[in-house]
Amino acid sequence: MSAPRHLLSVADLGRDGIAEVLRVAEAFAEVERRSVPKVPTLRGKVVATLFFEESTRTRLSFETAAKRLSADVLSLAVASSSVKKGESLRDTVETVEAMGIDAVIIRHSSAGAPHQVARWVERARVVNAGDGWHEHPTQALLDCFTVRQVLAERKGASPEELGIDCFEGLRVLIVGDVRHSRVARSEVLAYRALGAQVTLVAPGSLLPPSLEGWPVEVAADFDDALGDADVVSLLRLQAERGSGSYVPSLREYTAGWGLTARRVSRLREHAIVTHPGPMVRGVEIASDVADLPRTVVTQQVANGVAVRMAILFLLLGGELPGAAGVPAVA
Amino acid sequence: MVGPEGTSRLDVAVDQTAGTVVALAASLDAPRGALVLEAGGCLVGPGLVDLHTHLRQPGREEAETVETGARAAALGGYTAVVAMPNTEPPIDTAGVAREVLDLGRGCAAEVAVAGAITVGRAGAALAPMGELAALGVTLFTDDGAGVQDGALMRRALDYAKGLGVTLAQHCEDACLAAGGAMHEGSWSSRLGIPGVPAAAEEVMVARDIALARLTGAPIHFLHLSTAGSVELVRRAKADGLPVTAEAAPHHMLLTHAAVAGYDPVFKVNPPLRTDEDVIAVVAGLCDGTIDAVATDHAPHAPEAKDVPFDQAPPGMLGLQTALPIAWEVLSPALGVERVFALMSAQPAAIARLRVTDPRLAGHSAHGGPVEVGATANLCVFDPTASTTVEPGWLASRSRNTPYAGRTFAGAVRHTVLRGEPVVIDASAQR
Repeated sequence: MSAPRHLLSVADLGRDGIAEVLRVAEAFAEVERRSVPKVPTLRGKVVATLFFEESTRTRLSFETAAKRLSADVLSLAVASSSVKKGESLRDTVETVEAMGIDAVIIRHSSAGAPHQVARWVERARVVNAGDGWHEHPTQALLDCFTVRQVLAERKGASPEELGIDCFEGLRVLIVGDVRHSRVARSEVLAYRALGAQVTLVAPGSLLPPSLEGWPVEVAADFDDALGDADVVSLLRLQAERGSGSYVPSLREYTAGWGLTARRVSRLREHAIVTHPGPMVRGVEIASDVADLPRTVVTQQVANGVAVRMAILFLLLGGELPGAAGVPAVA
Repeated sequence: MVGPEGTSRLDVAVDQTAGTVVALAASLDAPRGALVLEAGGCLVGPGLVDLHTHLRQPGREEAETVETGARAAALGGYTAVVAMPNTEPPIDTAGVAREVLDLGRGCAAEVAVAGAITVGRAGAALAPMGELAALGVTLFTDDGAGVQDGALMRRALDYAKGLGVTLAQHCEDACLAAGGAMHEGSWSSRLGIPGVPAAAEEVMVARDIALARLTGAPIHFLHLSTAGSVELVRRAKADGLPVTAEAAPHHMLLTHAAVAGYDPVFKVNPPLRTDEDVIAVVAGLCDGTIDAVATDHAPHAPEAKDVPFDQAPPGMLGLQTALPIAWEVLSPALGVERVFALMSAQPAAIARLRVTDPRLAGHSAHGGPVEVGATANLCVFDPTASTTVEPGWLASRSRNTPYAGRTFAGAVRHTVLRGEPVVIDASAQR
């Protein structure tokens, strides 16, 4: 595949691109299992993380991925940076690029900020690590990666053997605050690109105002929809974005759209439950459900590093002829 | 020569000292020493009048000044603009109004001002409308925001009626619009940008129509952008209510799909809407529901627009592109006379600029008709030329045009203000 210049949206990849990311990520997952889980692939490259919004796992995951590829990592802590002194996003980005950065990983509360950054940079590659309600492409990619891994384990096959066709016809149910969820937008694009069927279920006030052009179904009833699902993707109720006021109370939300122990009994035996984290136990997911084997949150986090290594490799290392340390790809 | 009843091939002679049209005939001989403006194949109409210009002075001189905005107006064929009061400080006192009027003297277009309806445009207490009316202010608006409090708006209408002035409403329910940065619909949902529903505009249009019915006071609706608003105004007019309306060129041409690349140059308030809304706005202009094309010329300095979409201020330049766009969109259906009526006579009537106001020293009559004895405020438009929008061509201090790189059919060739050629061959003389 010819790698896209930036990763701003899952749409930048398409089915073949996603397949390539998953393929390369499997190879890096193997690296992670080594005693010294580090390869020299991106030695000499500099990766900057610009997080204008709080994040624990995504930032750590990207920085770990970059370090395992031997890239140097610069981390802009917004709280102590010149951003607080009134520097514009554009000036910040241009300043960072002037230091010779090869990739900018950006999280921003404004939808589209990574698109603008991509227009402003001259040579750096831009990775969207979450922009407003818009997209969180690497999350959707690692969700797909994790789902395939689980499907492969159950079949006693390798994910490579399963290939990309294992998503064909898979029934994915996305539950909760779709309106404010960048994960949901990226997941819809990713799962649909791979041939899965996507159904949304949410309180009316937490659906996007218009679903025109979205290749999804909307289920009226969560309980009914659960029985059909192969994958249940739970979203966090984004209280910090004011989502709390979109429902009468958290109690009522949980009663209608929380994955409770009672609801889990409706799931088919093989159904997988994903959650992008951080989970709010007792709201969108009951605590004992979160700890069930079918709930793969921990695998998702673990796989995040391999998937982000793959993204950085494809954006930055793809052109290095015969670079040492490029893992043998199965 | 474009007249209200039709177009004829004429020469026009202007007395530069008196500033009036002195002769109109099929063929006139220019006296020795006279300045001759070539206008072969051009349309000569009354100078355009913009009901909705943000000149940004005082307070935002980095974005625009009265002088640069008036120059952009003249290059766009305008001889008069109404400066919106959302300056810093706002035009809510006689002092600020006088300052803007003074800055406008000697500029390339005449500058009238609109006053604020409420003190500080804060929507809480009536601004000194009488004091402003005494300076010749005839339009009042809190533009940039609507007057949210229905009781206060009703009181303002009752008061305005007594003064013989018109209130102009920026229709936007602040609660429904809260946080929105583009039209709420398919594109906002896909792009993850918080939206402003069409209903945010329509509920205030509907409320104010009810208030016009209640008070009998005239209301002018600024920049209508939705099919629902157009239909509400159409019915109000059918009921004989004293309402008028304007629409902006960008709402006749662009849709919310333009936001797909997250470029804040396409952020405007009211936002770019759907194809159906664009069609309805154009239909409203064609059937007389909407009385005027008004630019909502809203300059912003580059650094203000070079930020994430939701953080950027709304607004786009409009003065230099309005007539070419109106020509392209409206003239096939309406013909040249009615395009000029929408951009000159009708807005001049709404702003009460058709006659010289004795309180406004130095102001002349706008909106035509171009006839012997009338003030020579003229717009000369060449429909065979074209307008290509390039940054260097813009006279504004700002560059936030959504049409960069686009070419429109037709171009303003000359503009004559009170007998003085302020634009000759698309080049500003002031």
